[in-house]
Amino acid sequence: MNAADLGKDLVGLEPLSAAQITAILDTAEPFKEVSERPIKKVPALRGKTIVNLFFEPSTRTRISFEFAEKRLSADTVNVQAAGSSVSKGETLVDTARNLEAMRIDMVVIRHGSSGAAQFLGQRIRSNVINAGDGTHEHPTQGLLDLLTLRDRFGKIAGLKVCIVGDVLHSRVARSNIWGLTKLGAEVAVCGPSTLLPSHVADLGVTVFGRVEEAIQWADALNVLRLQLERMTAGFIPSLREYNRVFGVTSERLSRAPKDLLILHPGPMNRGVEIDSDVADGPHSVILPQVTNGVAVRMAVLYLLAGGSPDWANAGGEA
Amino acid sequence: MKPILFTNGRVVDPSQHLDEVTSLLVQDGRVAGIGLDVRAPDGADVFDATGLVIGPGLVDVHVHLREPGQEDRETIATGAMSAVAGGFTAICAMPNTDPVIDNQGAVGFVKAKGEAAGLARVYPIGCVSVGQRGERLAEFGEMAAAGAVAVSDDGQPVMSSHLMRTALEYARTFGIPVADHCEDLPLAAGGAMHEGIVSTRLGLKGIPAAAEEIHVARDIILAGLTGGHVHLCHMSTRGSVELIRRAKDQGLRVTAEAAPHHFTLTHERCEGYDTSAKMNPPLREAEDRDAIRAALADGTLDCIATDHAPHHYDAKEREFDDAPNGIIGLETALSLALRELVLSGRMTLPTLFERMSCAPARLWHLAGGTLRRGSVADLVVFDPGAEWTVDPSRLRSKSRNTPWAGETLPGVVHATFVGGRPVFVRSEPGSRKAHRRPRPHPPATG
Repeated sequence: MNAADLGKDLVGLEPLSAAQITAILDTAEPFKEVSERPIKKVPALRGKTIVNLFFEPSTRTRISFEFAEKRLSADTVNVQAAGSSVSKGETLVDTARNLEAMRIDMVVIRHGSSGAAQFLGQRIRSNVINAGDGTHEHPTQGLLDLLTLRDRFGKIAGLKVCIVGDVLHSRVARSNIWGLTKLGAEVAVCGPSTLLPSHVADLGVTVFGRVEEAIQWADALNVLRLQLERMTAGFIPSLREYNRVFGVTSERLSRAPKDLLILHPGPMNRGVEIDSDVADGPHSVILPQVTNGVAVRMAVLYLLAGGSPDWANAGGEA
Repeated sequence: MKPILFTNGRVVDPSQHLDEVTSLLVQDGRVAGIGLDVRAPDGADVFDATGLVIGPGLVDVHVHLREPGQEDRETIATGAMSAVAGGFTAICAMPNTDPVIDNQGAVGFVKAKGEAAGLARVYPIGCVSVGQRGERLAEFGEMAAAGAVAVSDDGQPVMSSHLMRTALEYARTFGIPVADHCEDLPLAAGGAMHEGIVSTRLGLKGIPAAAEEIHVARDIILAGLTGGHVHLCHMSTRGSVELIRRAKDQGLRVTAEAAPHHFTLTHERCEGYDTSAKMNPPLREAEDRDAIRAALADGTLDCIATDHAPHHYDAKEREFDDAPNGIIGLETALSLALRELVLSGRMTLPTLFERMSCAPARLWHLAGGTLRRGSVADLVVFDPGAEWTVDPSRLRSKSRNTPWAGETLPGVVHATFVGGRPVFVRSEPGSRKAHRRPRPHPPATG
């Protein structure tokens, strides 16, 4: 199979091979340049219709997808579906059938339930791209993190990357674990035990109980957002204590044997999981991650639509 | 009713240590004799059971029949039809219907509907608490007088230890068990499957084995405190099995059941977000499934109960988190038990009848569970060597939520008799078409 053939849908990085992931990253390279042009548009997806179906509020992921679609000249519609399908309105399967009936080409779905993207993909002929499903995967976030790491280190294999924070509730963490391990990186997770999945070590990652240990070990930290509701749900006693014990602070980083690259999927809680001087510091790649997000999403849309990586390398002209 | 003489069948009845090819005579609704010397009276029908097994009809102490309130999923009549097609002659209906069965009038309704259906014996189970709210005791005395054979808040655990204590004490007066759904709710909250490597990968919230085991341990301690009979529903973990083993060693009045899915399937079955594998308690790990099998073999777990849980076809067609728990089980239970427990060499066929007929009838004081002379002629005739393929559209249950669709299973029920009356007869060889198939709804699509 052609490495750039991703199949019909992108529901996660777990089902992809290293070659497929690398093909997406390679395809994203020329698309980076498109966003630097005065006229940020190529005709690769002209005539394609894409629905951005968001069952959960999202600003950055939705905007990033929308820019990616528009820069590829697709026609896009944004649907902000209210609440979960079970509490009100039609079921997801009915939504799927209605979209199918409108003959759309692609659906980008964000949903609060794990497995929702796969569920949709199994029921419609259109391509489905997972923009985050419950606590399962957020594959384009994982891909943009990989691209950012590759930009800075030149390669992924052999890198030591630690994911810090609320791994239990994080779809970003799972996509990162799959993507990084498939490309040969060493992966660790670090956080309070209450926020680490009980069987996370079985995914092939190292587990650090203290952020100081992670900092000694890692080349890069991917710092996850700590949601405020984790405190009310009893996973941690207080945000203040979380910052004291697990916060990524410049003081802690100053004791690292080397400079660590700092990633964060956003949106940040400054002063909780990450201090401002770290987020805004010289080793933070948080904004380059956002820039790369548009490029990898363009690559995913383009490849799922049947585009060839060589064609993209030629400048995406059509 | 004409007498029936069953000839040349392998008659298996552990209640009288019987397992031999012989003749069995049913007369006036009762077993009139067993032995090669038994002769058919004038005018008797002769049932040639060559190559078939005849045993006491299966007894299921845990089914959900959905009536009243959810008749789109199942009715007492369709559930009873499903039961007899699966070889069951008695089923106990859990009270978590809408409204719940928490008073003598409601118990009488279930009993009357069961009698009107005239298929399997349908025994009502009453609620432990009024409205199943877990606050105050329902009227056990009146419900028992109206026909309730046990009390349970199944679907929900009895979380209050005080309520469970009083329920066990009060139920003793009426000689009925308190059947508890063991789940520590705060520990299990939001869980959609077993907590383990699969839930970690799928990003689904897990229900740890401890959520069941903590509750099992509490119920055992309360059984010790009260001397009451606690019956533990649908045991799913190896830890629960160990706790029950210890309780039985201490002589406590603890009985327990396991469901076919828990001795057959494991949590890997949830891969791909397959909602037909979503149940509560969830499918566990291979070590748990193996412990359940071993405990059924050695008697630590007393009986097999299906937890037959019909759901409308579109209810499972949704996100895993939102899909309802449970599967139908009455028509596949015998075949799965044969495959997983008997043909695999874990237990003998007589032990299977002990777990699926004798023990549940004896422990819950129900008719049947024996073929002793003079007892009611509730029996099943099946071919252990034949196979059938599960086609959900041909099951008698109104619902089709089975994870075994398309699988070929051993064991084909030929006939089921209740009180000597044929309530199910397989009409054509190779099929499982019943002589009577209530099916008010059109087949599902997709």
